Amino acid sequence: MDISKETLFDLHHRMVRIRIFEEEAGKLMESAKIPGALHLYVGEEAVAAGVMCNLSDQDQITSTHRGHGHLVAKGGDFKKMYAELYGRSTGYCGGKGGSMHISDMDLGMLGANGIVAGGPPIAMGAAFANKYKGNGNVAVAFFGDGASNEGAFHEAANMAATWKLPLVLCCENNGYGEFTPQANHQAIKDVADRAVGYGMPGVVCDGMDAVAVYEAAHEAVARARRGEGPTLLECKTYRFFDHVGIRGIGLSYRSDDEVMEWKKRDAIQAIEKRMIEVGVATAEELAAVHDRVKIEAAEAIAFGEASPWPDESTLLKDVYNND
Amino acid sequence: MAVATVIEAIRSTLDEALEADERAFILGEDVEAGGVFRVTEGLKAKHPAQVLDTPLAESSIIGVAIGAAHYGLRPIAEIQFADFIHAGFDQLCSEASRWCYRTKGDSWLPMVVRAPWGGGVHGGQHHSQSIEAFYAHLPGIKVVAPAFPADYRSLLKAAIADPNPVLFLEHKRTYRLIKQEMIGAPAETVLGRARVTRQGRDLTILAYGLMLIESLAAAETLAAEGIDCSVVDLLTLQPLDVETILESVRTTGKALIVHEDTLTGGLGGEIAALIAEHAFEFLDAPVRRLAAPDIPAMPYHHAMEAFFMPDRDKIAKAARDLAAY
Ligand SMILES: Cc1ncc(C[n+]2csc(CCOP(=O)(O)OP(=O)(O)O)c2C)c(N)n1
Ligand SMILES: [Mg+2]
Repeated sequence: MDISKETLFDLHHRMVRIRIFEEEAGKLMESAKIPGALHLYVGEEAVAAGVMCNLSDQDQITSTHRGHGHLVAKGGDFKKMYAELYGRSTGYCGGKGGSMHISDMDLGMLGANGIVAGGPPIAMGAAFANKYKGNGNVAVAFFGDGASNEGAFHEAANMAATWKLPLVLCCENNGYGEFTPQANHQAIKDVADRAVGYGMPGVVCDGMDAVAVYEAAHEAVARARRGEGPTLLECKTYRFFDHVGIRGIGLSYRSDDEVMEWKKRDAIQAIEKRMIEVGVATAEELAAVHDRVKIEAAEAIAFGEASPWPDESTLLKDVYNND
Repeated sequence: MAVATVIEAIRSTLDEALEADERAFILGEDVEAGGVFRVTEGLKAKHPAQVLDTPLAESSIIGVAIGAAHYGLRPIAEIQFADFIHAGFDQLCSEASRWCYRTKGDSWLPMVVRAPWGGGVHGGQHHSQSIEAFYAHLPGIKVVAPAFPADYRSLLKAAIADPNPVLFLEHKRTYRLIKQEMIGAPAETVLGRARVTRQGRDLTILAYGLMLIESLAAAETLAAEGIDCSVVDLLTLQPLDVETILESVRTTGKALIVHEDTLTGGLGGEIAALIAEHAFEFLDAPVRRLAAPDIPAMPYHHAMEAFFMPDRDKIAKAARDLAAY
């Protein structure tokens, strides 16, 4: 597949937005400016960017507890995101949700989720609606290696295959569920192996290479749009930080050497190298992308911090739709 | 052990249970590394065969406990947050709760499911839930929700010894907050007993978990104002200790039930009904409930969380109103 210059810039921009959003969010958490715990996506940017470059705003996704990257890659608004992390009225959930509950229905982002494997059945339902309406849209469920052991995931996969739904099940295999290495939670190495059991194709790709993810997702999404049913797309990736927070090394359940090895394959550095080598971008142009996103983040953080707190009366609102 | 936190009380009791009985074992997500609250920290090294990580699979974690308990083991399952237990509801509701009943008492399930519950930690919608009412609605399951470290010890020991499935709820806000002097072995006790933690004349506050702690604080404030409250720690929510509840309310003539769970369908309704049925003629005022408002989930924003949760000030206010009735 020939990758256009525009696509390379698009992938790069989405990844840089995720990285900077997350690093800044991590700092806010560490300095206790925002409450609660954040599961950061740093290291896994290529997956969200590579998949989302194939989707329109009408295509839907479900996200996870590690959800900021998915929304950012789908075009999420930094201002509403940071405001939500601050718990302000201007946030995506008006301060009612926080990091793990952000959704943007206009972008087809059906929600981060504090319940592991809460997403796949919902994405499957969106795919069902797409097929029923014949609108040509595709739904993507993101989930981790750990989540692939939950019953909810298996049910959704089986149903999607049986009904040939336009769904992509995108496994972000980062080798761990919390502190438990993959080998201690499943007897397989490739989650994609399970596809055979559901009757759908299973594809493994390098989740540290945005172009590889883009290409693999391209085929899975196209297949879904053609009405040929779901694909289980597994992206091998790694989170640079701990399960929660920004500490990356000195952790009891994984070695620093392992972290360093994966960091050598940093997806942003890799795509920048490639773009410069093939001559589509200069180092200055790429640095300018970072600078612009840093400004975007700084403005959004200022917006979040300056936004009003939610009014207590909103607490009791919106339990039902009473229109 | 001198002064122990709730966490330490639970950990030492688990340690003793594994030591005392090789049929006892712990299973759950990340328990080998100590779990996210570090409750099981150090237990894997001490009892390697008795502490087992599981895949993310709440339904099967409870299923394993059922099968193992039936065949004579003593499973102690950990659900990482009470909010995550619902995938396992079916195993508890449709299977475990009726195991003894449908075998005419021939079979039983000596199993414990531990789960951290409750709010006050900015956990938001999926990490703050009060789940007790769903499970207290299941005859055949026992539900325990202590407040003080010494009770965590004696009730966890009793739960492990109990031949029935027990949901053992641990209030996560109190894990490191509440400390108590503790010496020697846990006091012997059985499930199903409430305790009058504070004896007073004017009204009875009934609570459990974090709300028990808040109720005791409120009672201190009120004492200074000349309002003398009894505070009953329910401890076991299924089966309820009806006698202790009624006896206290018959003495004071006024009852305030406090829980962090939402109001409608919460345990307060059941307790209010018991009082109305069995202590009506002793009442000097309508039974009152103080609970979280009927909204689907704990909001994230801290002021909203505070607005959602009952606390010592709200309890004191409700008790003041009731005393004045
Ligand atoms: C139903 C449920 N069980 C357990 C948890 C606690 N928990 C949150 S994230 C996580 C690990 C998830 O691992 P994985 O799916 O691989 O995603 P990763 O964190 O690696 O991105 C666990 C156990 C939860 N949130 N929901
Ligand atoms: Mg993982």
